[in-house]
Amino acid sequence: MTPFSFEWQWDIGHIIFFGFLYLVLTIVGLGLSWAGLKTVLQLLGLMWERDLEEH
Amino acid sequence: MDSVLIPEGVSRCSAKKFFLWTLPWILILIWGAVSAVLCLWKALNQTNMSNIFAFALWIVFDLGLIALGAGAFFTGFLTYIIGKKELKDIINAAVIIGFICYSGAMAILGIDIGQPLRGWFIFWHANIHSMLVEVSFCITCYLMILTIEFLPIILENNKLEEIKPARLFGKNLHSIMAIFAATGTFLSFFHQGSLGGMFGVMYARPFAARGGFYIWPWTFFLFILSAIATGPCFTILIVRITEKLTKKKLVPDRAIQFLAKLSGILLSIYIVLKITDTVSWICTEAHKAGLTFMDFYKEGPYGIWLPITEIGICGIIPAILLVVPKFRKDPKWLTIACILNCIGIVLNRFSFIIVTLAIPVLPFERFWSYLPTWQEWGIALASIAYGVLIFSLAYRYLPVFPKEKELNPIS
Repeated sequence: MTPFSFEWQWDIGHIIFFGFLYLVLTIVGLGLSWAGLKTVLQLLGLMWERDLEEH
Repeated sequence: MDSVLIPEGVSRCSAKKFFLWTLPWILILIWGAVSAVLCLWKALNQTNMSNIFAFALWIVFDLGLIALGAGAFFTGFLTYIIGKKELKDIINAAVIIGFICYSGAMAILGIDIGQPLRGWFIFWHANIHSMLVEVSFCITCYLMILTIEFLPIILENNKLEEIKPARLFGKNLHSIMAIFAATGTFLSFFHQGSLGGMFGVMYARPFAARGGFYIWPWTFFLFILSAIATGPCFTILIVRITEKLTKKKLVPDRAIQFLAKLSGILLSIYIVLKITDTVSWICTEAHKAGLTFMDFYKEGPYGIWLPITEIGICGIIPAILLVVPKFRKDPKWLTIACILNCIGIVLNRFSFIIVTLAIPVLPFERFWSYLPTWQEWGIALASIAYGVLIFSLAYRYLPVFPKEKELNPIS
């Protein structure tokens, strides 16, 4: 459900419930995009490849 | 045959022996697949669920798996947020176990909802007043996070690491794992709690209904506490079983001891609160409903032995075994404590699901008995077989235990 759906109501319940859902989905999406983008930049040589493993 | 896929510097059994190990689990998985097809094709009349027992064996397995899989978020929280470095030796195993538990639970739910094609309705036409909707949101998102946490471990496979983009992506993902771990902790806190809260607000069922704080019944907090007290113990138990089967030491004692001690402390707090909650429930909610404690245990097979086993044998005893260093440091006692702790939490979930529904509420009602069909058992046991297969494959082909090489040098 989004704010554009016919069932949507601008009440505190919908805002909290869906606010947190979309916040989590945004974090997951941004995290994956960041890792993907960094990988592409490293492959293109535009970013340094560092050894991230801790010894 | 598959030696190129096996991590370097560690020994594994032959491919033939591994195949023979997987065979019985594959057979159970086939049994589960046949049951699933029957349930999807002929509907839920293949089960002994009814309007009374809408929650049954599958939900017991679901809630049990979700509680036992709590080791993933709690160990992730301790490793990435609190910074407990010693847990890096066990975090991979915890993540894989969590992934198995949650994906297994989701697979069961996929059959349990009856019409999986309409599964998305819960997200799109959400009833925001339902705790189950919150649970659905949280476990779906958390399974996504567990998959992301599992991905870098998969990409560390010998052959996959040779693919540069995959190796880089895995490492980049790993470098921001704290963000995913924090999100996973937030989600787990709420879905573990809401699963308990759901029973606590069943005001028409005096066996489950509880008082509480603001909108949250006490069961909300008890379910979170019991999950974080048992999840790490389940991780330890699986590691111990793997060590026994492989005849190897896989995780250093300091990681195991840290988790066991923490589990012991949390379990002790939980047991004190659970006993307080039980006494308070007898004196308030049950009393208000005109019932005494023994009224709940007078019919059917669920007698007084159930709370005694759950709280006493599988609660107080493992708490003592885990808290006292002498017992905790003895591998045999530690394993017994972990087994009892895990049985305890499954019994707790069983009581809230099955006993709540079986006990008559109104004077003209009768005790309802329920026995699962072979299809229900097939799907439930398939979740265990699936778990064993995934963990076996992960152990064979992935660097699940970072200290394995060091602890078991090949002469």
